[in-house]
Amino acid sequence: MSDLTRMTIAEARDGLDAGDFSARELTAAHITAMTASKPLNAFITETPDQAVDAATASDARRAKGEAGKLEGIPLAIKDLFCTKGVLTTAASHILDGFTPHYESTVTSNLWDEGAVMLGKANLDEFAMGSSNETSYYGNVVNPWRREGDNRDLVPGGSSGGSASAVASFSAMGATGTDTGGSIRQPASFTGIVGMKPTYGRCSRWGVVAFASSLDQPGPMARSVRDTAIMLEAMAGFDAKDSTSVNMPVPNFEDAMTGDIKGLKIGIPKEYRIDGMSDEISSLWQQGIDWMKDAGAEIVDISLPHTKYALPAYYIIAPAEASSNLARYDGVRYGLRVEGKDLNDMYASTRAEGFGAEVKRRLLIGTYALSAGYYDAYYLKAQKVRARIAEDFKQAYLNVDAILTPTAPSAAFGFGEKGDDPLAMYLNDVFTVPASLAGLPGISVPAGLSKDGLPLGLQLLGRPFDEETVFRVGGVLEEAAAFTATPTDWWRG
Amino acid sequence: MSLDKATVAKVANLARIKVEEKDLEPMAAELNNILGWIEQLGEVNTDDVEPMTSVAQMSLRWRADEVTDGGYAEDVVANGPNHEDGYFAVPKVIE
Repeated sequence: MSDLTRMTIAEARDGLDAGDFSARELTAAHITAMTASKPLNAFITETPDQAVDAATASDARRAKGEAGKLEGIPLAIKDLFCTKGVLTTAASHILDGFTPHYESTVTSNLWDEGAVMLGKANLDEFAMGSSNETSYYGNVVNPWRREGDNRDLVPGGSSGGSASAVASFSAMGATGTDTGGSIRQPASFTGIVGMKPTYGRCSRWGVVAFASSLDQPGPMARSVRDTAIMLEAMAGFDAKDSTSVNMPVPNFEDAMTGDIKGLKIGIPKEYRIDGMSDEISSLWQQGIDWMKDAGAEIVDISLPHTKYALPAYYIIAPAEASSNLARYDGVRYGLRVEGKDLNDMYASTRAEGFGAEVKRRLLIGTYALSAGYYDAYYLKAQKVRARIAEDFKQAYLNVDAILTPTAPSAAFGFGEKGDDPLAMYLNDVFTVPASLAGLPGISVPAGLSKDGLPLGLQLLGRPFDEETVFRVGGVLEEAAAFTATPTDWWRG
Repeated sequence: MSLDKATVAKVANLARIKVEEKDLEPMAAELNNILGWIEQLGEVNTDDVEPMTSVAQMSLRWRADEVTDGGYAEDVVANGPNHEDGYFAVPKVIE
């Protein structure tokens, strides 16, 4: 039998339907691959025994004619999703030993459709980071390396473990969460597809909260079609999330018609930032040419407040995080560090339990919300955010989708960004504006850098118009014909 | 606006994160670097702009005021580092 890990989800679904192999065989192949990928540190917790049980149950359901949309498909779950009876860490020391007694809505939806969990994927601590260097459980390594260079590279972040697991063929797909680019940027760095749906499309219930007005779960996989299949299973109204939107979930796969003739694709001039590398700008131009060749009309647009998105984000996200992370107090979860009184216990627990980047953001957020500064920072940032959202609204009067690079560079090495947090924040320059506006976006692998590393292009759509994003994304993917894969050096 | 050592100490206390005295100065420098970069938001004219509070145009849903969940205190406290009989246990608060 050929290597079962090299298929897409769509191919595996067909193979399972045809009886070419069983869910047990498919899962076993992925457990072997996951075990072999240990040097990548993509998983915090592996759950092979549960995976075999789930695959066995899946085969039984299929035999009875009760196959779901993801029946028997082995997935990695970002360790930000609460999973009943399975350690859930958010990659933080402060959640030591936390074993939820409930299941997140998104993962429940996946299991209802027959998916199989391989394990919990590593991430930046509380999803705060763009390189997966802030995890308490250690760095995740990108399966890709520069040509002729054996140094390890970052997988991007915060969904770095999810990205690394999918790119290394250890999982067929993975859940991610995107607050400012945490699905799209690691997808770009690892040569896979990552889709952030419209805010409200997927329930946030049972997902460890970072910045509640921005957080949105989404799929990561090796083809646009696979992300469409996954999103359809993940999405849907949930009364337990007050910002979940009560709209029907379309058949996203059917939206991929392969035809974008007459669609208008916007190219925002403000994304041509100073110092953009030649390889990123030529990749972008290549993408524009592909869209034209497919019959789309290219429209130059302006999103005038683009440069203010990052500074607005770095007020809003830390402010919301400072409120959300107040719950980690040494009383209700995991870690407790005793102190001389209750206050000292809180402060000591949080000092030991949170890493440097999380502390930095909690302090910024606390300051931005503190008496006397709320108007100057948080309120101002929310007003700037309104202007950014208005920019997109105006643009979408004239275009159907927007094409940009996903990230300003290919994957970089560990520690290469130095210890300046601002240099790291700039990674999200192209992804944060759509996060602030709540728009759907996808990163599609589109080419290789001069060093042989994958680069992604990003497509953004109108609110709740994921269908157009998938439709254009499918055409972009076909034109790019990206088939490169990393050499599997980690197997030793 | 620039943060001094005393303000960092105050904010750290509000955030209930213990920061060692020797770390206050470097932390102030780090936070000022970020806040200095954020100052550019001041360039944006936001007169008569309503702050954005919701991505989709939606109003919060109403529901009947009735108990729909609960009755499993042991599950709720199970992950607490110290708990007894369905209660979280904490250091003595009132003398």
